[in-house]
Amino acid sequence: MTVDALRVVSPGPLSTIQDLGRPGYQRFGVSVSGAADRYALRLGNLLVGNDQRGAAIEVTIGGAEFEFTSPAIFAITGADLSPTLNGAPIALWETVSAAVGDRLSLMSPAGPDSGLRAYVNVSGGFDTPPVLGSRSTHVGARLGGIQGRALEADDEIPIGPVTNPVLPGRRVPRDLLPHYGGDIVARVVPGPQDDLFDSDATATFYDSAYTVSDKSDRMGCRLEGPEVPAIDGAHDIVSDGVLSGAIQIPGDSQPIILLADRQTTGGYAKIGVIASVDLALVAQASPGATVRFERISAEDAAALARDRMATLRDISFDEPASRIIHADELRREYDLQIDGADYRVEITSGVNSGHTTARVNGIEYVVHIHPGE
Amino acid sequence: MTTGTHPEPRILICGEDALVVEFGNGIDPVTNDRVYELAAAVEAAGNTSVVELIPTYRSLLVHYNIEMSSIDDMTGFLNDLVASSTPSTDDHDNSPRRIYELPVAYGGAHGEDLNDVADHSGITADEVIAIHSGTDYRVYMLGFAPGFPYLGGMDERIATPRLASPRVRVPAGSVGIADTQTGVYPMASPGGWRLIGNTPVSLFDPDADPPVPFLPGSFIRFVPVSSEEAERIANQVADGTYRVHMTEGGG
Repeated sequence: MTVDALRVVSPGPLSTIQDLGRPGYQRFGVSVSGAADRYALRLGNLLVGNDQRGAAIEVTIGGAEFEFTSPAIFAITGADLSPTLNGAPIALWETVSAAVGDRLSLMSPAGPDSGLRAYVNVSGGFDTPPVLGSRSTHVGARLGGIQGRALEADDEIPIGPVTNPVLPGRRVPRDLLPHYGGDIVARVVPGPQDDLFDSDATATFYDSAYTVSDKSDRMGCRLEGPEVPAIDGAHDIVSDGVLSGAIQIPGDSQPIILLADRQTTGGYAKIGVIASVDLALVAQASPGATVRFERISAEDAAALARDRMATLRDISFDEPASRIIHADELRREYDLQIDGADYRVEITSGVNSGHTTARVNGIEYVVHIHPGE
Repeated sequence: MTTGTHPEPRILICGEDALVVEFGNGIDPVTNDRVYELAAAVEAAGNTSVVELIPTYRSLLVHYNIEMSSIDDMTGFLNDLVASSTPSTDDHDNSPRRIYELPVAYGGAHGEDLNDVADHSGITADEVIAIHSGTDYRVYMLGFAPGFPYLGGMDERIATPRLASPRVRVPAGSVGIADTQTGVYPMASPGGWRLIGNTPVSLFDPDADPPVPFLPGSFIRFVPVSSEEAERIANQVADGTYRVHMTEGGG
């Protein structure tokens, strides 16, 4: 029996398996890693019926193509990398049905404000072996994903069992969609080393626009702009713990925002930490985009994060005209709307009777299944 | 960079869901002991809103769950623990030490720069080995890469500058010296440290839990072994039958 899978035709510059990361081992020097844009990953998982922690493929910039070797429901979230299925454009933030042999392509950013990283989410999630509790790939430490490396052509990525089936055409409500922009405002909780910067340097930091450098990667978003000098040039500190979103100011006085693949400790002064609800926007910022910083208190940033978690917990998607009423191993019940007419369809598998039956608006039909078709 | 311990620990805000308890600005055993004492106290308190701890040279980062706690609650929780722990201002060497013994094959193909270190130090290679293996090194913290220990306490008599041009590939387990520091490469990587030996022990095994054979805040002792012994241990490591020897005792 073959395993449900997605085959990599071309990985593009960087495609990796990512979930919500590998917390709990930072004291051993193990980076948390995980999706750079956690919000897009969480939404994508929920949309295709997975737990928020499921693993997806993070495709960077584009140039990637995949082939379904089994039927699947999938959704693209995150950056708009002009996705197509068999050459026809498909919508983002919406479930799509794929048949065996279908080819999914993510070409290139649709525009300068489209974001950098798209997530390919499948119903069932990608089922590569977890390492230290996570499927996330950290290429530098050679952990997770497929043999700790970025995806390569001809990789077959196994798809896990579908526990919560959803129909195609299911959409993320419009008001929950993120706005990846070329001009980002990121809210910053000052500290832990904000006292190493005097009032002039601090004013420069909060009053200036910084440009995202093309040297940015999954470890950090590097910025270029007005210098933020530390008092007496003391940019180097005795290494201490760091988190994603921390803004380091090294000796060249140019900020670096730490992202998913950051190390666990760092030796540069940190002027502040970005509110988690704004970090996804930074992770999606293309080189040349500008970032401005705005102060926020830790309490207010935490309140925003709590609101977002509640939103995700209570989310209700825009369901397609067809709805799943009931689904278990033996019986599935759908409400379908076809050409304006309503149908109630009930499919019962033939464990006892030896044949599958479908009941449409109360009339029963026997369904003949032809294996291999 | 100043050194020493703050008169009072400082609690610093690190974003919306973390606090840093900072005991000082320096790299010294007294400050580092306080970090691990607090880490142990936080763990013993069993506060379920604590997600993860990152102990470092002179501070403890406490990452907490904002759906279960708030910055005020966590500040209060940490202040209480700090206030109730008594700083070991003297005789800290009397606290029990966990010492993990790492077998090391020194010199030759295992440590190509051993003779250079000896020449630079004006002593023999055997004396370098005796000095390097004659000290218990404090694991101040782990960081930089999985399993990479920041060790303290190397004898300055064998201090040697880094290579002018780093090697493209340093094998996993390489034991090296960079100025006054010594360390071990957990996995193969580029690097400029002077290599004096190699340990067959795996410093990072993602299939093991914990994935690192020693804990931060403990001590490492390098034990010289022959090439043959190193090979025998390497086979045991590959079989999964090797256990790093640990002793517990006064300093």
